Amino acid sequence: MGEAAHRYEETLPLEYRTQESRLNILGFWIFLGAEVALFATLFATYLVLFQRTGSGPTAGELFEVKDVLIETLLLLTSSFTCGLAIFEMRRGRMSGLIAWLLVTLLLGAGFITFEIREFIHYVHEGATMQTSAFLSSFFVLVGTHGAHVSVGIGWMILIIIQLLQRGLTAKTARKVFIVSLYWHFLDVVWIFIFTLVYLLGMVI
Amino acid sequence: MKWSEFFVTGEPLIYAADVAIVLTMVGIVFVLTYFKKWKWLWNEWLTTVDHKKIGVMYIICAVLMLFRGGVDALLMRAQLTAPNMKFLDAQHYNEIFTTHGTIMILFMAMPFIIGLMNIVVPLQIGARDVAFPYLNALSFWLFFFGALLFNISFVIGGSPDAGWTAYFPLAGNEFSHGVGNNYYAVALQISGIGTLMTGINFLVTILKMRAPGMTLMRMPMFTWTILITCVLIIFAFPVLTVALALMTFDRLFDTQFFTMANGGMSMLWANLFWIWGHPEVYIVILPAFGIFSEVVSTFAGKRLFGYKAMVGSIVGIAFLSFIVWVHHFFTMGAGPAVNSAFSITTMAIAIPTGVKIFNWLFTLRKGKIRFTTAMLWSLAFIPNFVIGGVTGVMLAMAAADYQYHNSYFLIAHFHYVLIAGTVFACFAGLHYWYPKMFGHILNERLGKWTFWLFMIGFNICFFPMYFLGLMGMTRRMYTYSDGLGWTPLNVVATVGAVLMGIGFIVLCYNIYYSARYGERDMTGDPWNGRTLEWATASPPVHYNFPVTPVVEDLDAYWVMKKKYGGFHVKEEDLKPIHMPSNSGRPFWMSVAFFVAGFGLVFKWFALAIVGALFIVLGLILRSFEDDDGYYIPVDEIKRMERAARKGA
Repeated sequence: MGEAAHRYEETLPLEYRTQESRLNILGFWIFLGAEVALFATLFATYLVLFQRTGSGPTAGELFEVKDVLIETLLLLTSSFTCGLAIFEMRRGRMSGLIAWLLVTLLLGAGFITFEIREFIHYVHEGATMQTSAFLSSFFVLVGTHGAHVSVGIGWMILIIIQLLQRGLTAKTARKVFIVSLYWHFLDVVWIFIFTLVYLLGMVI
Repeated sequence: MKWSEFFVTGEPLIYAADVAIVLTMVGIVFVLTYFKKWKWLWNEWLTTVDHKKIGVMYIICAVLMLFRGGVDALLMRAQLTAPNMKFLDAQHYNEIFTTHGTIMILFMAMPFIIGLMNIVVPLQIGARDVAFPYLNALSFWLFFFGALLFNISFVIGGSPDAGWTAYFPLAGNEFSHGVGNNYYAVALQISGIGTLMTGINFLVTILKMRAPGMTLMRMPMFTWTILITCVLIIFAFPVLTVALALMTFDRLFDTQFFTMANGGMSMLWANLFWIWGHPEVYIVILPAFGIFSEVVSTFAGKRLFGYKAMVGSIVGIAFLSFIVWVHHFFTMGAGPAVNSAFSITTMAIAIPTGVKIFNWLFTLRKGKIRFTTAMLWSLAFIPNFVIGGVTGVMLAMAAADYQYHNSYFLIAHFHYVLIAGTVFACFAGLHYWYPKMFGHILNERLGKWTFWLFMIGFNICFFPMYFLGLMGMTRRMYTYSDGLGWTPLNVVATVGAVLMGIGFIVLCYNIYYSARYGERDMTGDPWNGRTLEWATASPPVHYNFPVTPVVEDLDAYWVMKKKYGGFHVKEEDLKPIHMPSNSGRPFWMSVAFFVAGFGLVFKWFALAIVGALFIVLGLILRSFEDDDGYYIPVDEIKRMERAARKGA
């Protein structure tokens, strides 16, 4: 810390101006590196186990294309609207920023709703976490992603409240930027889930 | 879970432990109340975000855990001294070797290393604190309550008993019914989250907060090893997080990851565990290499030989550490091609390690060697670690490993690398940096007694185990029959273990003795050190450096002393210093983690949810917090500097 902590760089984007913000953003990038390792492990587990279906259904028998496509569209769009929110923030427009964050939130909530529906549907078909190794790894991988999205929604609500309370400052801008990094990361993970879990599952 | 099974019963040792725990708690409460120290404890320690105090707390916990793990070890040695002993039964023995391994690696070696790095790294790079002081406090308290949760298992509910590797299917519900392995899964998870955050915190600290002029290639070797260790933590610990989560799901919610039926694959656990576990052994050994580098260079009075080669070999070791994990189960039957590949990568680690050994030897060459206690530990490390390393290469030969696998040969090997590497380094680092932590030197005479007792005891204890292994004694056997010819070597090993125990007692006495009578360090630089931590007072004022030092070369403080006669601060250069505020939230959030974890262990989900809600509450409060720390005014800095430098 020290003087350096408050070295203010006028030329940088708002979220990068204080030393504290620069440290936080770098720290969050590194955290995302750890998250990559975490999801990589879950993917590896899934790929090892996904054909070990025991007496339960296989991936091809289970997956519903329509629900998954809707989820994918909702989440990919939310990543785009999240990008628009940052764009508005860089232009210094509070109303645009908050509006796009709200749209992002709603799309994220829609994604979670469809995912929960999808899970309930599987459970009604008798495909639970306890049925087979394939389903255990499926529910834990996709569920971990879903839990991340849910945390992201709660987090974004907190940040919107702070934006309304405190306005767009170096600190709130940094918080918005970090949650946007998180949101895009979850989008990337979903692309891998869509490909390696759903598409692969329906092909093999 | 029946209430009658809640407390562990039936063993006189456990009842004695119950009494000891209650008495200790009553004693602590009495002392704190009698001396009116509750407020002091809360304000100075439980809420602190000062990296030096956090480091001290880590080391206190590590020493306590060394005691706990050491008692486990002595119980095991007592049981194995003679054939057909009835001292411990099979179940109790299983629990003790499990907790011994888990505690020594995760709750002794890790916090000892993390404690030293907390104290030293910000000082070595000329920083005032770590990048995220609040997070640092949270890391510590998560470790603390994880360790606490793990330790209460032996009086409440029963300890884990499937080995520190917790292999499936043994650790699964099919074969382990009690809550013991739930403790393993949940307690390690809680402290593992803390470790991951420490890794991120120190990586950012080292990358972004170095004093002006300190390029990467001017960093002290200890800081270099911590930098690489952080990278290992960041990529290895998430694997443990996942493995433990899957274990928790299997045990609490009957999923099928590692089970015997419905497609479960028990060897998946072994793979995940060691994909974390092998980098983990380098997480505890690389900082040890860093400590030895500092100590050898200081007490040889020379710049570290082959600095660049040292950096290169740490990076090389770190890279290789991720691609050797299969050597822990060559006998799994993965086939000659897989085993050969992992055999070669494993042997390749000997090359960068050998480079480092030679660099230490060349640093010593023509040095004016001072045989301080810290230096003795470092010098003893070299031959002892080489014995461990060479037997490691023997184990790395996949075909031969079928003979050595899970025998006492393996036990001897990894104790030779972990004790002669990590534990010797912790002791070397403790003696070396002790004046920096507490302002007085650990008594050298008692320190040397500890060293000789422990080092000789260590060799008497573990060297015979190589031969016991070759004679066919396998690990984790709780007793053996007469007439196998193992008895004499087992007796010798127990004698060695007792010597190590005595060495530990002398160390504890030394801590007490030196606090009362030890030589005070008034200079801040008792060893004629080379790196920036010796430019501060002993112990440093909480902001570390009144002005940020400027680094001109490797061995920054050595250069300052040669060029300018030391680190001088002009009072007119002082500016107000910004420092982070204390917070009680890391503490109570970690209590919430403990409560949630305890609920999960016993499948009391209502309790787990209550704990989880408090964790979420803590996160929300943190998000809304608007505390940017405070400034120390210049007059206050002047006053504190004069007070700290009175003796200099």
